Amino acid sequence: MAGEVKIRGRIADGVAELKALIPHDMETGTRRDASGALVPAHYIQTVTCLRNGTQVLQAEWGPAVSKNPFLAFSVRNAKPGDVIRIEWVDNQNGAGSGELVLQ
Amino acid sequence: MRALICCVLAVLASGGVQAGPEEDRLALRKVYEDRFPGVPVEAHKDGVYAIDESARAQWQEIEEFPPYEIAVDAGEALFTEPFPDGAGFADCFDDGAVKARYPLFDEAQSTVVTLEMAINACRTSHGATAWANDAPELTNLVAYMAFISRGQIIAVALPASTAALAAYEAGKQFYMARRGQLNFACKSCHVQLVGNLLRAERLSASVGQVTHWPVYRFKWEEVGGLHLRFQECNSQVGAEPFELQSEPYRNLEYFLSYIANGLPLNGPATRK
Amino acid sequence: MALNRRQWMRAAAVLGAAGALLTMSLRALAVSRPAFEATGVDDAIAKLFGGRPVEDSDRISFQIPDIAENGAVVPVTVATDLEGVTAISIVVDRNPNPVVARFVIGPDVVADVSARIKMGESSRVRAFVETADRIYSTGREVKVTIGGCGG
Repeated sequence: MAGEVKIRGRIADGVAELKALIPHDMETGTRRDASGALVPAHYIQTVTCLRNGTQVLQAEWGPAVSKNPFLAFSVRNAKPGDVIRIEWVDNQNGAGSGELVLQ
Repeated sequence: MRALICCVLAVLASGGVQAGPEEDRLALRKVYEDRFPGVPVEAHKDGVYAIDESARAQWQEIEEFPPYEIAVDAGEALFTEPFPDGAGFADCFDDGAVKARYPLFDEAQSTVVTLEMAINACRTSHGATAWANDAPELTNLVAYMAFISRGQIIAVALPASTAALAAYEAGKQFYMARRGQLNFACKSCHVQLVGNLLRAERLSASVGQVTHWPVYRFKWEEVGGLHLRFQECNSQVGAEPFELQSEPYRNLEYFLSYIANGLPLNGPATRK
Repeated sequence: MALNRRQWMRAAAVLGAAGALLTMSLRALAVSRPAFEATGVDDAIAKLFGGRPVEDSDRISFQIPDIAENGAVVPVTVATDLEGVTAISIVVDRNPNPVVARFVIGPDVVADVSARIKMGESSRVRAFVETADRIYSTGREVKVTIGGCGG
């Protein structure tokens, strides 16, 4: 199950403190379901964060990032109106994104 | 301490003329006040986090941006979906911030009605099929309604009827009764051993147990309802669990909710 | 709309910077994926940093609980006052694949990231901070308990 990336942020002294929650199962591939079958690995491998279209952070993840991943980081020289976009791609070529316009 | 607990349990067990629900509630509150000096009774709405500092710190970090928000968003979308006859949940629940109304004792049906039951009754009365009691839609909608009901004070009003009192008493007896291969009652862990460590779990006080549901349990990795936890607890002492929304669990929820009178709703919440 | 010379210079600088960032992160990517697949911690670290030396640092603030409430969701924050940080990585020694996450950050990003990670069992957890020419590290022992009510 995956959905739109939720992003929250506030600007303090020109620095945008950002928090994101990404709906995603982050299956490790070692878990078994009720019938005993292995649930295939399904996890976000790359997360890209852009500010006004320019990449500011890129994360690489393995399956040991918790389900419904949380990410927090801060960007300097932030201004109201800045568009923060977070995109992700998983190991099954699934993708998702979310956006926040800073106030 | 032990003397006090035995005394309180005797009061709870009598169930007769000497002690009524209000006496039960006050007696149980006193147990926790004495057992945890300096911890206000209302703080037990946070369950084990009222009495475990390091766990509380981790919990608060997660609550910064908690995973149950995903369920709350899904529930919000469900709340506005129209039924086949054009009506919606708003016709039964106003703006949806009504969790404090439940559980209630319905005289006409002579049974305890939980929010989950009321949601399905709303659906069927408008031509929609009832959701299964373990359906994610039901859990997500309850998560949303719990979220927007935060802060409301629990105020279960016991109607002055023998049927309502009987439901309360049945819930109380369930709480007191030993069951399963381990032969534990709810009270064994949550009154007699409250605050102690059971392997790596610290046992929480019952007075705040209903306030924060439904819960995103890390163990489940999704949101689940109160009755699901009842089932789990029963299984963990080696007892056969009852069905979700079955009468024994609804009565237990009724008893626990009465005990929680005066505490604020603070769900959904994350728990381990 | 026609750009004057100053606007052209600025646009070129921005594109150049963005391009450099992209190139830098793509290069960083090429190193990382085999590291994520490594199963032993020494091998994983070697793959993560191409065998370059790693030095201990007390300038890395590593927030992680001593006893994790639940191994599935362990909150962690890595921050540092070191200058010129280009990447931050998290490694759990005893996980089946020790490399958990790597954050490549641009110059405008504060060297302070938080995440929630899974730990299969009690283990040493390490944080690595890369600058242009050095790699720093710190670590903590984190206990992971099995729930008392059967988990």
